[in-house]
Amino acid sequence: MTIAWDQFTPFTALAGGALIGLAATALILFNGRIAGISGIVGGLLRPTRGDTTWRLAFVAGLVLAPLLWSLFARLPDIRIEAGTPLLIVAGLLVGLSTRYGAGCTSGHGVCGLSRLSPRSLVATACFMATGFATVFVVRHVVGG
Amino acid sequence: MRLSPLTALIAGLVFGFGLLVSGMANPAKVLAFLDLAGAWDPSLALVMAGAIAVGLVGFRVAAGRERTLTGAALTLPTRRDVDRRLVVGGLGFGIGWGLAGFCPGPALVALGAGQGGALVFTVAMLAGMGVFELLESRRGTTDA
Repeated sequence: MTIAWDQFTPFTALAGGALIGLAATALILFNGRIAGISGIVGGLLRPTRGDTTWRLAFVAGLVLAPLLWSLFARLPDIRIEAGTPLLIVAGLLVGLSTRYGAGCTSGHGVCGLSRLSPRSLVATACFMATGFATVFVVRHVVGG
Repeated sequence: MRLSPLTALIAGLVFGFGLLVSGMANPAKVLAFLDLAGAWDPSLALVMAGAIAVGLVGFRVAAGRERTLTGAALTLPTRRDVDRRLVVGGLGFGIGWGLAGFCPGPALVALGAGQGGALVFTVAMLAGMGVFELLESRRGTTDA
């Protein structure tokens, strides 16, 4: 294994992670809800009275974050390597699977592991495993 | 005044800042983390570590409460069983994640940053979630 030390950003990674943990804490303590993005977005497709506004507000926060950021500083790099067909396939898979498995990186990976939930530990192990495997196949088997 | 949309908006903003600061909103960095056989960038492991370190405290506080700080109902997930849907969903999500380097939260942040690819991914993700709702409602009618 080769570690890309020049790309390694331990301090911003930890600081950004702490902000994510803080946001998840705020949402559970003030709204009583789990900060699972796929669940929050998915719930909008099955709207229930009194359960929609907070979802829209949270999603608005995510989308507005880079706009607010760019008022004060230059946005960090966002580089998308995948082309349109791959983005469509990936999006469909992520949308369907996260609802099927009741969670994604935030709901299972951050909130679930923070709650020491055995379900989330299994789900996180599953998506990490296929995440690693998929990149291996794409970059070193097909693309190699 | 109802506080819940405001606190959800702030939580979403902080979550979005965390994704930007940490580098997780950048699919190229996510893929570099998932590429164990290439030049591996371990940063995102520290994003998870930072988020969980804060989340452990936050959810410990939440676990002892039945009401949010503003008096609304606070409900934590109670399921502990590992079923087929959880595993299949987790595995499928990891494949989608590994194909494009996007999971739901970062896609919404990149969308706010004006990335066209994020729009394609997000629309496909919503379509995938719509397919799930369709399958579920069909399942519901046959079960009943």
